[in-house]
Amino acid sequence: MPDLSIDFAGIKAPNPFWLASGPPTNSGYQVMKAFDAGWGGAVWKTLGVPIVNVSSRYGSINYRDTRMAGFNNIELITDRPLSDNLHEIEEVKKHFPDHAVIASLMVESRDEWEQIIRDVENAGADGIELNFGCPHGMCERGMGSAVGQEPVVLETIVGWVMEAAKVPVITKLTPNISHIVDPGLAAARGGSDAVSLINTIKSIMGIDLDTYAPYPIVDNKGTNGGYCGPAVKPIALEMVKELAQHPEIRHMPISGIGGIETWRDAVEFILLGASSLQVCTAVMHYGFGIVREMKAGLLEFMEQKGYEKISDFVGLALPNVTEWKHLNLNYKVVAKIDQEKCIGCQLCYVACDDGAHQAIRLIGSTESRVPEIIEENCVGCNLCALVCPVEECITMEHRDQGIAPVTWDELAVRGEIPTTFDDDLAGGKGHHVPRPEEALKFRK
Amino acid sequence: MNPTEAYYESSRCLFCYDAPCVQVCPTHIDIPLFIKQIQTGNISGSAKTIFESNWLGNACGKVCPTDVLCEGACVYDNQHVPVIQIGRLQNFATQTMIDEGSNLFKPGEGRNGKIAIIGGGPAGIACACELRMLGYQAVIFEAKDLPSGLTVHGVAPYKITNEEVLAEVDFLQQQLGFEIRYGQEISDQEDLQAIEQEFDAVFLGVGLGATRQLVLPGEDKKNVVGAVEFIEDLRMQHHRIEVPDRVVVLGGGNTAMDAASESARMGATEVTLAYRRSRSEMGGYDFEYELAKSVGAIGLFNVTPLEILGNERVTGIRMIRTSTANGKVVTIPDSEFELSCDMVIKATGQAKQGSFLAMIEGLELDQKKRIVVSSNNYQTTKPKYFAGGDAVNGGAEVVNAAYEGKMAAQGIHRWLESKRE
Repeated sequence: MPDLSIDFAGIKAPNPFWLASGPPTNSGYQVMKAFDAGWGGAVWKTLGVPIVNVSSRYGSINYRDTRMAGFNNIELITDRPLSDNLHEIEEVKKHFPDHAVIASLMVESRDEWEQIIRDVENAGADGIELNFGCPHGMCERGMGSAVGQEPVVLETIVGWVMEAAKVPVITKLTPNISHIVDPGLAAARGGSDAVSLINTIKSIMGIDLDTYAPYPIVDNKGTNGGYCGPAVKPIALEMVKELAQHPEIRHMPISGIGGIETWRDAVEFILLGASSLQVCTAVMHYGFGIVREMKAGLLEFMEQKGYEKISDFVGLALPNVTEWKHLNLNYKVVAKIDQEKCIGCQLCYVACDDGAHQAIRLIGSTESRVPEIIEENCVGCNLCALVCPVEECITMEHRDQGIAPVTWDELAVRGEIPTTFDDDLAGGKGHHVPRPEEALKFRK
Repeated sequence: MNPTEAYYESSRCLFCYDAPCVQVCPTHIDIPLFIKQIQTGNISGSAKTIFESNWLGNACGKVCPTDVLCEGACVYDNQHVPVIQIGRLQNFATQTMIDEGSNLFKPGEGRNGKIAIIGGGPAGIACACELRMLGYQAVIFEAKDLPSGLTVHGVAPYKITNEEVLAEVDFLQQQLGFEIRYGQEISDQEDLQAIEQEFDAVFLGVGLGATRQLVLPGEDKKNVVGAVEFIEDLRMQHHRIEVPDRVVVLGGGNTAMDAASESARMGATEVTLAYRRSRSEMGGYDFEYELAKSVGAIGLFNVTPLEILGNERVTGIRMIRTSTANGKVVTIPDSEFELSCDMVIKATGQAKQGSFLAMIEGLELDQKKRIVVSSNNYQTTKPKYFAGGDAVNGGAEVVNAAYEGKMAAQGIHRWLESKRE
């Protein structure tokens, strides 16, 4: 059986599934319950300066019948006394010596950093995570994302921490910046052992249409919160990739965070360079038991692919994630509709006609509602296949153009960048664009 | 359907292009739109979408044969995914508004014109609503003392309650203010002339009449009843109805299915559905037959009655077996048999309102005694008269009547406008 255990920058864990710092790691009770359920590690809810919280605290995006497709919170760091937390970390380590307990920390002055690092090391923490990400409340006090958004400050604080800490240090990055490489480089320069990302994204979840207050509502007002959950995964994956590909950053192990809920999510993060995974929203939604599906799926995947340990496939997708200019301009796919599977909803037709390239027509038969691909107009955009509600009904088929691959970059090098609009896939050339007046034939 | 179920069910709708459910709906309700409106919490908008196409939107959500209409057309069925429960979603929106007593509609700007509507069934009510929206005065003359015709008197009780039917009419009347005069049977020329004088146009929504006579020996015995009358009694005086042990229902249409189902529900232990043709030729919907079977009715095919037996009261029925040759039913010699029973329900069709229609001079009827109307405005051959519903289509669903009544109102409007020019 494949081995799920990891050694992440010196932090050992029986599997790569860690609870991210947040409400599920607020107490020793929760962390022990999670370890019992199968989690490999836990990043304790951030310890730091005394705070007070508000009520209410969480908001969510419900997409059609899906609850919590996206989630946000305006909760702050731990509101429990430091001594209680330290005592409970000790208790947990006694029961679960082989599991990873990482203390998330957020304080202000150098003295405070040094003190709290000593405290958590004495309590038995296996590592430290620096919370430079919180986009609400703490940043107004000069902490959290206020640090993460200032690479110089971030580097300085990482420097202090590295001098004081004996256990491995993970720097947690905020996505609320224009370029994730900047804080990534600052963490590397500060000497951080590893990075974790992403923290939550600054967000407003919606507005109550009676009170005009943003969610979550606190006495008819609200504030920007931190966005997370399944909806943020694509942003997180991109940022993980940015750091994993960067020559001055990629030596640091990456703990992937952001919308991980299934084994597929986990594998995707690993393939883009993550070597441990942190989960919060999925647990807040389904409880600790959700790890059953993740572990089983990950094991199955590894067995099928013949991987023995996680490190066998960390970053394997990275060579395939490139810049646009390196994509083959001579590669062509076209849509194909499976006549047997099509249920005749015609969403592909209207999506293509209204939202893309007018490459699908209706045959106007009373017998069949199956639309037809106009292959000469199909640019291979995928939209029809994406809107099709039937599994594997619309597929994108490769059409061999019989010409050698070429990229924009190669054209540039050869000095062959087009100076006129002569793209074979575009309107006006091999491709029929209806005249504007033809739109009026749909008038009722 | 409660709000949670409506939320999940509405979220499944694919919002098809040129949706098949809309195409098959006789009133062409924009179904994907009203479902999307439920999903986005715009329940009043959803109910408006429904009523704007079908004034009897709530009743139709319950009594429509959705299996063969909107839900039967749902594309999910092509991949064996459960179809969207369109009828129940429709009721969720309309019933919510009816329960809340919401005001969704206002009558149109007052126009000159007063229209008499003879018959307060679904066609008449839909016609009245539409006329009020167009700004005309509308007065319904109803022979009975309840509105909505067969919806309240003739639909099997399990489909919709009297209260539900009446609440919808009340909801519409509150907002649109059409008048209903009850107990107003138009029985002679005098009545008719008075109406013609007072009103600028007349809509005939008179439906069909009583169950047709079979002209069988013994048909006048006690406990030989018409299905329409049987259902009406069930609906109007349920507590007084006693159904004996053995019931034979004659007929193969949906009314026969209803009569069989209801007899079984009322305690009959042996319910026989006797039809003169084969199972596959039966006019009733499959789901109605399955329902009748599920409560205990047994189908007996290719048989036709010869005589009702008994003294004062029915004790049996003498039948003969049949076969179908070139589409015609022929009896099989020497195949007579007797079936003991305590009640015979004739679900063999309603007579037309022949004597009433004969009073209207110049009104053309077709061979089947249906009123002939122009297909675009539902005008009869007597220009002042328009018509819709069972009297025109020979007997169809509530939804067809609702559509025809509405279209006739628009026809009346165009005719009155053209006269003014």
